[in-house]
Amino acid sequence: MTEQMNTQDLLSIEDLSIVYEVDGETTYAVNNLNISLKRGETLGLIGETGAGKTTTALGIMGLVPNPPGRIVNGKVIFDGEDLLQLPKEKMRSVRGNRISMIFQDPMTSLNPVMTVGEQIAEVIQIHEGVSKQSSFQKAKEMLEMVGIPAARSGDYPHQFSGGMKQRVVIAISLACNPDLLIADEPTTALDVTIQAQVLDLMKDLKTRYNTAMLLITHDLGVVAQVCDKVAIMYAGEVVESGDIRDVYENTKHPYTKGLFGSIPDLDLTVGRLKPIKGMMPDPTDPPSGCKFHPRCPDATAMCSLSEPEPVLTESGHTARCFMLQAMAEPLAAQKPLTELNRVQG
Amino acid sequence: MHRFILKRLLLLIPVLLGVSLLVFAIMSFTPGDPAQLILGENAPAEAVAELREEMGLNDPFVLRYAHFVGNAVTGDLGQSYTSGRDVFDEIFSRFPNTLILAALGVLIAVVIGIPIGIISATRQYSMIDSGSMIFALLGVSMPNFWLGLMMILLFAVNLGWVPSGGYSSWSSLIMPAITLGTGSAAIITRMTRSSMLEVIRQDYIRTARAKGVAENVVINRHALKNALIPVITVIGLQFGMLLGGAVLTETVFSWPGVGRMMVDAIRQKDTPTVLGAVVFLATTFSLVNLFVDLLYGFVDPRIKSQYA
Amino acid sequence: MSQEMTLDPIQGQLEKEPAPEIVAKAAPKKRSQWLEVWSRLKRDKMAMLGLVIITIVVLAAIFADFIADYETVVIAQNLSDRLQGPSAQYWLGTDEFGRDIFARIIHGTRVSLMVGVLSVAIAIVLGGGLGAVAGYYGGKLDNVIMRVMDIFLAVPSILLAIAIVSALGANLMNLMFAIAISSVPTYARVVRASVLTIRDQEFIEAARAIGASDFRIIFRHIIPNCLSPVIVQGALGVAGAILSTAGLSFIGLGIQPPEPEWGAMLAGGRQYLRHAWHVTTFPGLTIMITILALNLLGDGLRDALDPRLKH
Repeated sequence: MTEQMNTQDLLSIEDLSIVYEVDGETTYAVNNLNISLKRGETLGLIGETGAGKTTTALGIMGLVPNPPGRIVNGKVIFDGEDLLQLPKEKMRSVRGNRISMIFQDPMTSLNPVMTVGEQIAEVIQIHEGVSKQSSFQKAKEMLEMVGIPAARSGDYPHQFSGGMKQRVVIAISLACNPDLLIADEPTTALDVTIQAQVLDLMKDLKTRYNTAMLLITHDLGVVAQVCDKVAIMYAGEVVESGDIRDVYENTKHPYTKGLFGSIPDLDLTVGRLKPIKGMMPDPTDPPSGCKFHPRCPDATAMCSLSEPEPVLTESGHTARCFMLQAMAEPLAAQKPLTELNRVQG
Repeated sequence: MHRFILKRLLLLIPVLLGVSLLVFAIMSFTPGDPAQLILGENAPAEAVAELREEMGLNDPFVLRYAHFVGNAVTGDLGQSYTSGRDVFDEIFSRFPNTLILAALGVLIAVVIGIPIGIISATRQYSMIDSGSMIFALLGVSMPNFWLGLMMILLFAVNLGWVPSGGYSSWSSLIMPAITLGTGSAAIITRMTRSSMLEVIRQDYIRTARAKGVAENVVINRHALKNALIPVITVIGLQFGMLLGGAVLTETVFSWPGVGRMMVDAIRQKDTPTVLGAVVFLATTFSLVNLFVDLLYGFVDPRIKSQYA
Repeated sequence: MSQEMTLDPIQGQLEKEPAPEIVAKAAPKKRSQWLEVWSRLKRDKMAMLGLVIITIVVLAAIFADFIADYETVVIAQNLSDRLQGPSAQYWLGTDEFGRDIFARIIHGTRVSLMVGVLSVAIAIVLGGGLGAVAGYYGGKLDNVIMRVMDIFLAVPSILLAIAIVSALGANLMNLMFAIAISSVPTYARVVRASVLTIRDQEFIEAARAIGASDFRIIFRHIIPNCLSPVIVQGALGVAGAILSTAGLSFIGLGIQPPEPEWGAMLAGGRQYLRHAWHVTTFPGLTIMITILALNLLGDGLRDALDPRLKH
C-alpha cells in the first residue's frame, strides 16, 4: 500500500477542542488535539478511559451530542474539506458513506426492532440511491463477506451472539466502501478468541478496500498487531505520536513509558508490574502546566507552571515533554497552544 | 404463538376466580337483608324467611360462592334485587355505551398524547416542550368529574353547543369522551416523552446517525418503534382504567353505561348488580391487558421469539 | 477495592468491627446523602412551588379553626344567604345552604390530607411489608403473595374502593381503608422490585457472611435502600388518594354531608351549575391545585433521588 499512498493527508485534525457543559460545569474532553492520517493508513489512538478518544471520534463524525457537548475550536480536514464547516445535509452524506464508524458495544449498537438485513440495506439505500431490492441483495453479500450466511439477513439482532453482532456492524460500516473507518474499541466487549477473529476480519477488509482506519483502543497489543502509526492520548491531548516502531521501541514520554511498564512482559521475570501512580485528572478541573505532571515520576517545578509544546524527536515522532524540549527545538514553538480557549488552567 | 395465547387465557382463570371471590366476600359484608329489601319493609316475617331459604341466603359462605361461580360461567349473574331483571342482560345492554366512550377516550388520548410526547422529546427544554409538559401536568392533576362539570358549564349551559347529558345523538359523545380522554392524554404524553428521551440516548440511535440517516427518519423509524413499546402498556392500562373509571364520568353526564348503572345499584343496595358489574369490568380489564401483551409480539421481536 | 464494594451505600458501614478508615470515609457520606437530595430538590423551581403550595394547604388544615368556626360557620345553614356569588363577605360565595365556601374549603383540607396521608401510610406498611417479604425470601412465598396482588390489580382501583365502601358503609374510616387496600399492590410491586435488585448485591452478602440475622438485614440494609422509590410513589400516592376521596364523595360514597369535603361540595353544587357556577368551580380548583402541587413535588423528588433518571 505504500506505492499508492497519497502525499496529502486524508484526515487532518488541527487544534480540535471539545467541551461538555453540564449544570454550569465545563468538562474539557478534548484539548487542542492534532492528528493526521493518510489514505490506507491505520492510526491507533491509545489512552485510558476518559482520555477523550471517543469524543474525538464523535467530533470527526459530527456526532458530539449537543447539548451538552460543543466543539469550541479547531478543524477536521477530510480530503481537503473542513467537516466542521459543512452544512448538515452535506455532512450527512459523508457519514456512513465516506467515513463510517464502528462503536464499542455491539450488544447495544444495533436497533433491536429491525432485522440485520434492513439495517445494512438502509445505509446502502441512503448513499447509493439504489432500489430497495438491490440494496437488500447487496446487504446479503456484505453479510457473506463478514462471514455470516446470507440466509440470516431476516433475523433480528437478539438472535446473534456478540461477535456476530460486531460482524454485522462491520458489514454496515463497510457497505458503502468508505475512505475512512473509525473503530471505537471494536473488540473490547468481546471474548478474547472472538476478539482475534474480528480483528483479523477488519484487517483483511481494510487492506482489500484500501480503507484508512482510526483505531481507538486501550489495548497496546491490538495496536501492535494492526496499526502503522500510533497516537497516545492523555487528558484530552496527544502526548506522543509517531510510527508504531518508533513509539514502541524508542518511547519518549513518561506517560507512554508508564503505559508500557504496566503490561506484563512474558520474557522477563519481574517481581511486580509498575502501575502508573494516581488517577486521571478531573477533566472539569485539569491541572496547570503539563497535564501529566501530578503523576509523572520525572516532574520538575517547571512542569506545573507551563505546558510543554510537542517536540519532534525524529522523523514523524513527536512527544510533549520538557525533558525533550531541552534537547531539541519545539515543533511549533511560535504557536501558543495553551490558554487559547481555556477559562482556567 | 397459539400456545402462548392459550397459556395466557388459562392463567386468566385463577385471576378471575380470585377477583370474584374477593368481590363476593366484600359484598357479603353489605348490611341489610336482601329478602326484606325485595319484599319491602312491611312484608310478613314468614314470607321473608321463606324467600331467604329460596335465595340460598342461609347457606354457608362457601356454598353461596360456589353457586355464584357455577351460575356465572353459564352467563347467569343473578337477578337485580330492585328491578328483578337479569343482571347479565342488563350489563350487556349498557356495555356498548361504556365501551364506545372508553374507546373514544383512548383514541383522543393517543392522537393527542403520542405526537405531543414525540415533539416534546425531540425539542427537549424548548418552549413547546415546557408548554406541553405544563398542560400534561394540569391534565394529570385535574379530577375528571370536575373537568366534566366545567365543560357542561361552558359548552352546554353557557354556549349551548352540545347537550349536557344523556345519550341522544352523536354530539352527546363529545364532552364525555374528551373528559375521559384528557387525563389519559396527559399520562400518554408524559410517558411517550420520557420513553423517547430514553431511546434517543441509546447506542443504536447513534449508529443510525453514523450511517447518515436523516434526523426525521432517525426519530420516526428508528426511535419511535422502540419508544412505543412501553407506551403500549400504558395505553392498554388506560383503556382498562377508562372502562372502570367511567363510573364518575358517566355519573356527571348521566351516561347510560355500566358505571352509572353500578352507582345507581350501590344507592339501592342492589348487591347482585354491583357484584356483576365489578366482576364484568374486571374481566374486561384483564382481557384488555392480555390483548396488550399479545400486541407486544408484533412490535418487539425479542418478545415474539419467546412465544415460539 | 473489594472492601469498598461491600459497603452498603445507605448504612455506610460494615456490620462488625469495620476498619477505622472505612468508617471515617463512609460516615460523612451517610449524612450528606439526604442533604444532597435536598440541595438538588432546592434547585428545582417547580418542585419548590409544589412544596410551598403543600405547606399552605397543611397550614390551612392546622389553623382551620382560627380561620372559621366549624359549628357556626362551616356547617350551620344560613338559607337567607344561599347561592351568593363571591363578595367581600363571602370570598368564594356561598353554597346551596348559604354556607361560606371559602370556610368549607379550608376545613375540607383536614379530611383530604388525613385520608391522603393515612391511607398511603397504611398502604406503604402493608404493601411494602408484603413486597419486602416476597422479594427477600422469593420462591413459593413470593409466588403466593404476588399472585394475590395480581388479583387485586385485575380490578381497577377505583372500582375496588367503590366495592369496599359500598359494602362496609360510607364513612371516613371505611373510605381510608378502601383507598389503602386498593393501592397496596402498587407498593408491594415497587418494594419487591427494589428488594430484588438490592438482595443480591455484595454488601448484603457481606452482612450475611458475618452472621447478621434476616431481620437485621431487612431493616438495616434493605428497607433503607428501597426508600427512594417508595418516597416518590408515596408523594404521587397521596395525590391519587385525595383524588379518589373526592371521586368517591362525589358519587355519595365518601364523606357524608354536612361535613365539608371537596368532592362532596362539588356534588352538592352540580344541580345549581346554571345559576351558581362558583359552588362547583372553587372546590374543583382547590383539588386540582393540591394534586398539581403533590405531582410537582413527586416529580421533583424522583429527579432529586435518582439524578440518572432525570430527563
